[in-house]
Amino acid sequence: MSDAATLEAQVAHDDHGDHGGHGGNGAGHPPTTTGLSHNKLGMWLFLGSECLLFGGLISTYMLYRGRASENLGPDQIYDLPFTSVSSFVLLMSSLTMVLAVSAAGRKDVRNVKLWLTVTALLGATFVGGQVYEFTSFYREGLGFTTSLFSSSFYALTGFHGVHVSVGIIMLLAVVGMISRDRIPGDRAEVVELVGLYWHFVDIVWIVIFTLVYLIPA
Amino acid sequence: MAIIERPATEPVVAPTPTPAPIVTPSEAFGTFRRPVETTGWRAWVFTVDHKKIGVMYGAAALFFFVVAGLEALLIRAQLAGPEGTVLSADVYNQMFTMHATTMIFLFAIPMAAGLANYLVPLQIGARDVAFPRINAFGFWCFLAGGIVLNLSWFLGGAADGGWFMYQPNASVPFSPTNGVDFWALGLQIAGIASLTGAINLIVTILNMRAPGMSLMRMPVFTWMILVTQFLLVFAIPVITVAFFLLTFQRSFDAAFFSPAAGADPLLWQHLFWIFGHPEVYILVLPSFGIVSEVLPVFSKKPLFGYPFVVFSGIAIGFLGWGVWAHHMFASGLGPVSVAVFATATMAIAVPTGVKIINWTLTMWGGKLRFTTAMLFAMGLVVQFTIGGLSGVTHSVAPSDTQQTDTYYIVAHFHYVLFGGSVLGFFAGFYYWWPKVFGKCLSERLGRWNFWLMIIGMNLTFGPMHILGLQGQPRRMYIWTTERSGEGFFNLGFWNLVSSIGAFILAVGVLFFLTNIVHTHRKGAPAPLDPWDARTLEWITTNPPKEHNFDRVPTVSHLDEFFHRKYEDVGEGDAHDLRAVATAEEVLAAEQAQADAQIHMPSPSYWPIVVAATLPVIALGIIYGVYIVSIVGALLMVFGIFGWAMEPGTAPDSDFDPSPVDDGGPTTELVRSE
Repeated sequence: MSDAATLEAQVAHDDHGDHGGHGGNGAGHPPTTTGLSHNKLGMWLFLGSECLLFGGLISTYMLYRGRASENLGPDQIYDLPFTSVSSFVLLMSSLTMVLAVSAAGRKDVRNVKLWLTVTALLGATFVGGQVYEFTSFYREGLGFTTSLFSSSFYALTGFHGVHVSVGIIMLLAVVGMISRDRIPGDRAEVVELVGLYWHFVDIVWIVIFTLVYLIPA
Repeated sequence: MAIIERPATEPVVAPTPTPAPIVTPSEAFGTFRRPVETTGWRAWVFTVDHKKIGVMYGAAALFFFVVAGLEALLIRAQLAGPEGTVLSADVYNQMFTMHATTMIFLFAIPMAAGLANYLVPLQIGARDVAFPRINAFGFWCFLAGGIVLNLSWFLGGAADGGWFMYQPNASVPFSPTNGVDFWALGLQIAGIASLTGAINLIVTILNMRAPGMSLMRMPVFTWMILVTQFLLVFAIPVITVAFFLLTFQRSFDAAFFSPAAGADPLLWQHLFWIFGHPEVYILVLPSFGIVSEVLPVFSKKPLFGYPFVVFSGIAIGFLGWGVWAHHMFASGLGPVSVAVFATATMAIAVPTGVKIINWTLTMWGGKLRFTTAMLFAMGLVVQFTIGGLSGVTHSVAPSDTQQTDTYYIVAHFHYVLFGGSVLGFFAGFYYWWPKVFGKCLSERLGRWNFWLMIIGMNLTFGPMHILGLQGQPRRMYIWTTERSGEGFFNLGFWNLVSSIGAFILAVGVLFFLTNIVHTHRKGAPAPLDPWDARTLEWITTNPPKEHNFDRVPTVSHLDEFFHRKYEDVGEGDAHDLRAVATAEEVLAAEQAQADAQIHMPSPSYWPIVVAATLPVIALGIIYGVYIVSIVGALLMVFGIFGWAMEPGTAPDSDFDPSPVDDGGPTTELVRSE
């Protein structure tokens, strides 16, 4: 359900209107009290809230990581080289996202679309890797209900995967909407907001990768 | 409506709303045409106006208040005499679970959201909230969640694990109906409402204040709403995780809370109370804000120690995060944890006590007017203090261990929640009714309402202290004469008193409902400033126009409206107020400088469309028909795309040509470059 909220926060981009205006001249953006746009402030609050969501899931995992059935625990099942590569791919997508935001700032539409698409492709590679990883774990006998470890592992990484997927949908939607000129409001800001979300999801993965994969159980 | 109005320039003395012709969008840049109706049900269902949404929140919350109240009456009817036969043990469990869940999630949170929605933009001098469509979406999510939650009554029985839904008691073997599933997913949907609403209100308060409205000039109600929304932003995701884990446990056979599979059932308790204790302050801080508005007005004095009240509210918000385990003293946390949480809990009494003292000193030496709103506000100060004191006894862990799961706890939290939240809300109802509906509620019926509720609540919840200390456990569905003891402290007598009190309380609420009907049938229009109020929401008509203020007021004082009406001519420490302007004159001065053009956000189909897909997804999960959930999710994605491509405020090209200028209040197109 929180993913619905994710999109909600995203589609908010055009809600700032000029109704709060001082004088209401109808043109441009009225100055806000803090100087930050409504959308950006709203996105930061939403991401703050998301920290607690992942905090709860990570705590659950940390509590249950040792409660695995024999031979199917964290130390036996993880394929560190594989996950390291897919983590690297995801982190690189943050770089391409930065390039997209920078291009949006220069109003360079061609490069915005290019880098957003590349970001989405890198994200999709990561999600594809996760699907492959889940499938191979499942083949080895680690189902969702196999043990407390597996339930909490799939819940945590699954939630993250859903967040990345929602991010990919948003990236591609922004590309499509830019192509058809269907973005109401400030285009550069929309790209920046998607970027904030995308970086957040990457940062969460750094925490997950460290706590789940790197630290031995 | 995307009304673009040019208000009349001549001073309007009386609040006479002149209907201005409205420019309507003829086509929308999206999938559908925009809704354009300004009257009838469509004007409400597709509205993005914070005032209409606030009224809808209030009406729905009041409905759920009555429902949950009836559930409470059934509980008290069952316990009135020995061997009660009103409810079976099973239905009794569902009844107390749904009573608490409904009161907390479907009455108290949304009622505060409704008041905040209506009043916060007015109090900070804004024309709407930051995200009007998300605001509408939040309301429909809350309603959808409430409907899903209560559908369970008709589909095999409601949740029966208590509002805290302790595990594994609420897992499938012990609660085999779908009730808990409806509960988890219904509250999940209502949680989206709280989260989106909280983000919206925080951005509104931080970003949309009128010129000169610094943080320390904000009305205390707005301050307390700000603190509350921060609590919601960080508390809701924790309970979201808990609900997800519960749904995974019940619908997808995970074992997060099954001790048989090696799980730790305390995980649920921690997740629940990390949300649940901030939740307590989410419930009570809005009412603290209301009281801080009402007491100064009817004492004709500024709030005593405004910064102290604000900062103690913030302190309560912070400390509220560090005390959750005092709900778990009996679960064997170990002496260090218990000592830490006990100390933190005692500390939280300090900022709360500061507020009580400030309210009392606000009244001290004031010219008190005992209106119904004032009575309710004073009722809160007294009743909440009683609840707060019994709360302090709980912070003493050894004493708490004795009281855990007894009626003493029930007595405590009803004194703080009924004596705190509910009395505060009622003070707010009587105070702001003329602002919202243009008519004052009857003071005569209001007095009946107040005294019956006060007497009723003390008769209902007071004896529960005795029952609890005598050892009557919570959630006990039946008692017998043999085991109820003898003499003054026999449980039978006090249970009967408590039940009688509950029905007196209900009659009090009935007087309130009667008052609403009576006022709307026979009430005279309220004066512009019926209470000699102090804050910004009164510098506009009753009820306010769609755009709230003809001119966004410039603020130079705390209690801006009061300072425009009165001048302090006293010397030194003596204060001598001299009236310099009437409310009508203040309003006329504002209207004389009305903005030429005001561009309001446009109504939209999308909020209700997107919200309506959530129950579809939930029902698919509950009954294991995942194709339904998938269809619901696809509809939701479709709705979000429609939403994303629709501008929040209809652009000029969407409008019909502007109507002829007839010299009166006109509407005209804004030409934006």
